[in-house]
Amino acid sequence: MSFLAAVLMQVTAPATDVVDAAVGGIGEITLPAVQWRATAPIDIMIFGALVLLVVAALARHTGWVHRIYVWATCAIAGVAGIFALNYSSTARNTAKPAGAIADALRIDGFAIFITVLICCAVIMATLIADGYLKREALNGPEFYVLTLLSASGGIIMASANDLVVMFLGLEILSIALYVLAGSHLRRQESQEAAIKYFVLGGFSSAIFLYGCALVYGATGSTNLGEIASYLGENVFFHNGLLVAGTMLLLVGLGFKIAAVPFHMWTPDVYQGSPSPVAGFMAAAAKAAGFAALLRILFTALESRRLDWQPVIWVLAVLTMVVGAVLAATQTDVKRIMGYSSISHAGFILIGLQAASANGSSGALFYLFAYTFIVLGSFAVISVVGGRGDNAHSIDDYRGLGRRAPVLAVLFTLFLLAQAGIPTTSGFIAKFGVIRAAADVHSYAIAMIAMFVSVIGAYAYLRIVVAMFMSDSDPGSDDGVEVGSGIASLVIPFATKIALAIAVAATLFFGIAPQLLVNFADKALLR
Amino acid sequence: MSQYLRSYLTIAFLSAAAFVLVGGTLGISRLVRPRKPSPEKSVAYESGVDPVGTGWSQSQIRYYIFALLFVMFDVEAVFLFPWALRLENFGVFGLVEMGTFVGIVLLGLLYAWRKGVLRWV
Repeated sequence: MSFLAAVLMQVTAPATDVVDAAVGGIGEITLPAVQWRATAPIDIMIFGALVLLVVAALARHTGWVHRIYVWATCAIAGVAGIFALNYSSTARNTAKPAGAIADALRIDGFAIFITVLICCAVIMATLIADGYLKREALNGPEFYVLTLLSASGGIIMASANDLVVMFLGLEILSIALYVLAGSHLRRQESQEAAIKYFVLGGFSSAIFLYGCALVYGATGSTNLGEIASYLGENVFFHNGLLVAGTMLLLVGLGFKIAAVPFHMWTPDVYQGSPSPVAGFMAAAAKAAGFAALLRILFTALESRRLDWQPVIWVLAVLTMVVGAVLAATQTDVKRIMGYSSISHAGFILIGLQAASANGSSGALFYLFAYTFIVLGSFAVISVVGGRGDNAHSIDDYRGLGRRAPVLAVLFTLFLLAQAGIPTTSGFIAKFGVIRAAADVHSYAIAMIAMFVSVIGAYAYLRIVVAMFMSDSDPGSDDGVEVGSGIASLVIPFATKIALAIAVAATLFFGIAPQLLVNFADKALLR
Repeated sequence: MSQYLRSYLTIAFLSAAAFVLVGGTLGISRLVRPRKPSPEKSVAYESGVDPVGTGWSQSQIRYYIFALLFVMFDVEAVFLFPWALRLENFGVFGLVEMGTFVGIVLLGLLYAWRKGVLRWV
C-alpha cells in the first residue's frame, strides 16, 4: 500500500510544481539589453531582405526592376559590412567586448572579420547571379532575398557565444541554402542537389544539436564562456559525455565545412546547384562553419585541447588528401571545384590543428583569400556554363583560350591561386597555415600539406592545359561549335565587376598581404 | 532507486495505463461484438458515398498549400498564446517583439498572396 501511495505522490507532486511555475513562479522576467549598434549588420541584412521581398511582391515585374534588386542587395551587404567595420573601431577600445544580447552574441574582432567576409561573398555572388539569372530566365528577387537571409545566419553563427544561438544561425544559413541549391527550377540536377543537401544537412544539424545537448549535460551551460570557465575550474573523473559531445559538434560542423569523411554531399551539390550559389556556398557557408568551429574549439574547449587536437589532425590530413586526389580524377569542372573546396577545408584545418594564434589567424586569412578566389572561379564557370548551365565538362573548356581569352586568363589566375602559386593570395594563405603548423612542431602535417598542394596543382593545371594547349573537340564539326561558343560567351556587366574585384583581391592580398594579415591578427579570439 | 529514476516512474505508470485502457476497450469490444462480415462492410468509409477508385489515389497538390499555411499560423499561435497570458509581464518590449514577429509572418503571407499561391487553381 505504501508503495502505491509513494507512486501517487510521484504522480501528483510534479504536476503541482508545474502549475505553480505557470501561475506564480515567473513573476520577474528580466529582458536582456540589446546593443543595437553591435547587431546592426545582422538587422540590416534581415530587414533589407524583408523589404526586398515585399517590394518585389508589390512591384510590377519589368526588366529594370530586376537590375534594382542586384544593386539593392549589394548596397545592403555593403552597408552591413561598413557598419561592422565601423563597430570594430569601438570594439577595439574596450579591452574585452561584452555580449550583445545577454552574452548570447559576442561582436568582437573575430565576428567582425567573418561578417566582412560574408558581406563580400554576398556582393560577389549577387553580381555573378545577375547575369546568370537573366540568362536562365529565372528573374525574381528570391535569389537575393535568400542570399541575404543565409548570410545573416552565417553572421549569427560567427558571432554566437552560445551553442543554442549558434544552432539558430546554422539553421538560418542552411535552410536558405537548401532552397538556393534548388532554385534553378528547370534543371533536374538542381532539384537533386537541393534534396541531397537538405537531407544530409538536416541530419548533420541534428547531430550538432545532439552534441550541444551532451556538452550542456557535461558542463551545465550552453554559453561558450561559461563552458570554458567550468572546464577551467573542474576536473572530470569521467569525461565520456564531454568527449562524445565535442565529437558530435565536430561531426555537425565538419559537414558544413565539407571535411572528409563528411564530404560526400559536396561535389554533387556543387555540380547541381546554380553556379553562383555553389560559389556562395563554398565561400560563405564554409567560412561560417569554420567560424563556429573556431569559436567552439578556441573559446569553449580551449582547455580540452588534448581531446580535439588529434581528431582535427586526422580530419585535416584526410580532408586534404582525399579532396586533392579525387579532384585530380574528375572530368567535370564544377566537381573539381567541389573536391578542391574539400581540399582547401583540409588546409584551413591545419591552422586549427596548430591551436595557436598564428594558426587561427592563418585560417582566417585563408578563408578570406579563398572567398575571392572561389567566387572568381565560379564567376568564370557560370559564364562558360552557357544557357542551361550545362557546359561544365573539361571538354567544354578546350580551346577557351582562343574563344574567350580574357575568361581563360582570369580562370588560369584563379586556378593558380588555388594551387598556391606565389604573388597570389592563395600562396600567402597556404604559407600561413603551414608555417603555423611548423611553429608548433607539427612537421608531419606540414610535409603532407606541401605534398598535397602538388597533387592539387595537377588537378588545376589539367583545366589550364585544356583551355590553352588543346584544340576544341577534335573530330566534331569545329567551326559551328566555336562559332556558337563565341556568341554565347558574353560576360555580363555585373559579372565583369565581380571578376575585377576577385582579380584585384587575389593579386593585392598576394603581393601586399599585410593589410589582411593585420585584420586577421585583430580577429583573434580571446 | 535514485530520485532521478523515480521521477520517470510517472511516465512508466502513465504509459502502462494507456496500454491497459486502449487494449482493454478494444479487447472487450472484440469479445462481445457479433461478427457478421459482408462485402459492404469492408468498403472504405466515405461519409455514405460509394468510394471511387482505390485508396492509394494521388491527392490534389493544391491542398498542400493549405497544409503549409496551417502550419505557419499554427506555429504562430504556439508563440502567441503564452505571450498573451503573460502580456503585462513583458510590457511594451514584449508588445513590440510580438508585433515584429506577427509583422514578419504577415509579410510572408503578403508575399504568398502576391505570388498567387492563395488562388484556387
